Amino acid sequence: MTRPSHGALAGAVRDHAGRLAAALVHLTGDFATAEDLVQDAVEAALVHWPAEGIPDRPDAWLFTVARRRGLDQLKREARYRSKLALLQWPAQPEPDDRLRLLFTCCHPALPRTGQIALTLRAVCGLTTAQIARAFLLPGSTVGQRITRAKRKIGEAGIPYRIPDADKLGGRLADVLAVVYLLFNECYLTSTADRSHDRDLTDEAEFLAALLNRLMPTEPEVTSLLALIRLHQARAAARFDDRGGIVQLPHQDRRLWNHAAIEQAGALIARAAAHRRPGRTSSRQPSSRATPRPNGGRTPTGRRSTCSTPCCSASSRPRSPG
Amino acid sequence: MKYVLMFVDTEQFAADLATMDDAERERAYGRVGQWFAEHSDKIVRHVHLMPPDSATTVRLDKGEPVVTDGPFVEGKEVVSGIAEIDLADLERR
Repeated sequence: MTRPSHGALAGAVRDHAGRLAAALVHLTGDFATAEDLVQDAVEAALVHWPAEGIPDRPDAWLFTVARRRGLDQLKREARYRSKLALLQWPAQPEPDDRLRLLFTCCHPALPRTGQIALTLRAVCGLTTAQIARAFLLPGSTVGQRITRAKRKIGEAGIPYRIPDADKLGGRLADVLAVVYLLFNECYLTSTADRSHDRDLTDEAEFLAALLNRLMPTEPEVTSLLALIRLHQARAAARFDDRGGIVQLPHQDRRLWNHAAIEQAGALIARAAAHRRPGRTSSRQPSSRATPRPNGGRTPTGRRSTCSTPCCSASSRPRSPG
Repeated sequence: MKYVLMFVDTEQFAADLATMDDAERERAYGRVGQWFAEHSDKIVRHVHLMPPDSATTVRLDKGEPVVTDGPFVEGKEVVSGIAEIDLADLERR
């Protein structure tokens, strides 16, 4: 087997860890236990896959490790042991359960820092060490956030399910806020360590795309995905050789990914067709707008992601030009 | 799973209540009563607390218990009652 590229490795973990977590929560009925098992499996994958290559069935590989670890760890807990012993992969081909996972990780009863750390670990399959490196935090701090969040889920009775229709809007806003913060954390801060092994902007894009696939009729989700992809499409032109930020009017447009911008435009059109502009939708036009010569309200990446209503005051969602 | 709801009175709430006439106040209390009636199957028990000026504080942090009058909260909020409720989970089902 050839050694997998960095991106392929991250992608394989990302695609399968969340699914495994969702399946294990479903099967064991215990969020914290399931999440620990997945973390063990991911850590094992990061040891073996770089040297041995990504297996043909990464999901089955991860599952086998998780199951074996589970059986080892839970010998004394008969109820999990009997459940785990019966597990076979693939688990029932259910509708993608990661949505429930996301809503649980981003529950408003959890602190935002816990929501972010838990989402990265449970849904994206990052290890605690990777999260710590990405946020320049001690591993113990991130570990504590995750432990506390998981304990609260159990002790406070935070349910593992998608919210009812009447609460969905507000709860979805929490999930989107987590994804957006993740994106901003890496995209906007100059302190972020770009050499770490998983790029948070990719995680945010992955989560937004996942949400968009699972909730295709939510314009806010589609808009967020478009926003992230628009920013990513211009990422190559954002910094000069010395690492200084290049504002949008001065960016070298040949470096932009024009195909990606086109595709993001199609997403915006789809979101706008719902005619329910929200916080994210109203950010779009300033991210796509043609730079104006006066520079006064120039939509740089930083300004366009301003979370106050000011940035959308003059820019109603419109069809892409 | 059991939870405790803590009802918090604010100065603004007290002021609003004071400006109401009897009928309005009656309606306001009526809505509270209605809420408790509607959810009676989930409410284990509930108590309305005495006002803060009736409170006594016992501190145990210096070995011997120290009893003082108060607390006379400088804060703007005071817990005026609690209800213990029994629900399937945090989102009530």
